[in-house]
Amino acid sequence: MNRGSFAGVLTLALALPGFGGAFAEPPAADALDIHGQLASPELQVRFERIAKELRCLVCQNESIADSNADLARDLRRQVREMLIAGKSDDAIFTFMTDRYGEFVRFAPPLTPKTAFIWGAPFVMLLLGGTIVYRVVRQRSRMPLDE
Amino acid sequence: MWKFLLPFAAFVALVVLFAFGLNPKRDIHALPSPLIGKPAPEFALTDVLNPSAVVSNTSLKGQVYVVNVWGTWCAECRVEHPALLAIAEQHVVPVIGIDWSIDHGLGERDKAQQWLERLGNPYAQVAFDKEGRTVIDWGVYAAPETFLVDRQGNVIFKHISALTQEVWEKEFLPRIAAAGKGT
Repeated sequence: MNRGSFAGVLTLALALPGFGGAFAEPPAADALDIHGQLASPELQVRFERIAKELRCLVCQNESIADSNADLARDLRRQVREMLIAGKSDDAIFTFMTDRYGEFVRFAPPLTPKTAFIWGAPFVMLLLGGTIVYRVVRQRSRMPLDE
Repeated sequence: MWKFLLPFAAFVALVVLFAFGLNPKRDIHALPSPLIGKPAPEFALTDVLNPSAVVSNTSLKGQVYVVNVWGTWCAECRVEHPALLAIAEQHVVPVIGIDWSIDHGLGERDKAQQWLERLGNPYAQVAFDKEGRTVIDWGVYAAPETFLVDRQGNVIFKHISALTQEVWEKEFLPRIAAAGKGT
């Protein structure tokens, strides 16, 4: 599909009542106490970044920035208070992992325990690449005509 | 030879992976607590039944006790309540309740008092976590959660979801016996 027709389909989808309705809803974040809570814009930027990096453990696949669970609300309050108290990002992440474990972070830090998770994609890529390379080379040696 | 062995090895690896990953007995939502083996977080909160009294776990140092986090908004807590009553009746160790007020105090205390009056009170003491801070300190993410604390004041076990007589006998009692009990 080329770009033009993709845009056409998208426009059509937006024009349809069902799709349009879904897109027209206000972003969920506005319903949450995410924006404009901290007086300092720098702290607000750090707050939003940290909140997106922390998992809401009730819902597990949402960050605390996206979740309207009560626990997520309380964890956001915790992050905000620690930022106002001048705590570093690391101190906040440590506070959370001390209580909830590494799972609370969406991107776990690279440690011997998590090395496999971080390394697996590269190992897979290398493995797949080697297989493709060998197959292609083998085929290129074959006679062109059957 | 390799052409046969390699796919076969991959197949075996997948079977092992799925046997672990798809095991219906494994609760994928239950997370290991980083608190196990660490000192139990201290708390000093007001008493659910008496707002002017303080419930704290510092005075419990030196004895084995159970901490049960619950709330009146939590359906599973209602499910486990009879089991808690039965456990309390055994008087093995004190069970300390922490009432998790997700509404930050708007009505939860009243509801909790009614709950305990109507259904019975299994707790030696019930703390009122008005702002949900103690609950965060304990790494609680879904009530009910039940912790076991040993004589040294370390958390030695955590059970997530409703407590049952079976879980109590299988998971708690042996650990309490090993911890030297309290009485």
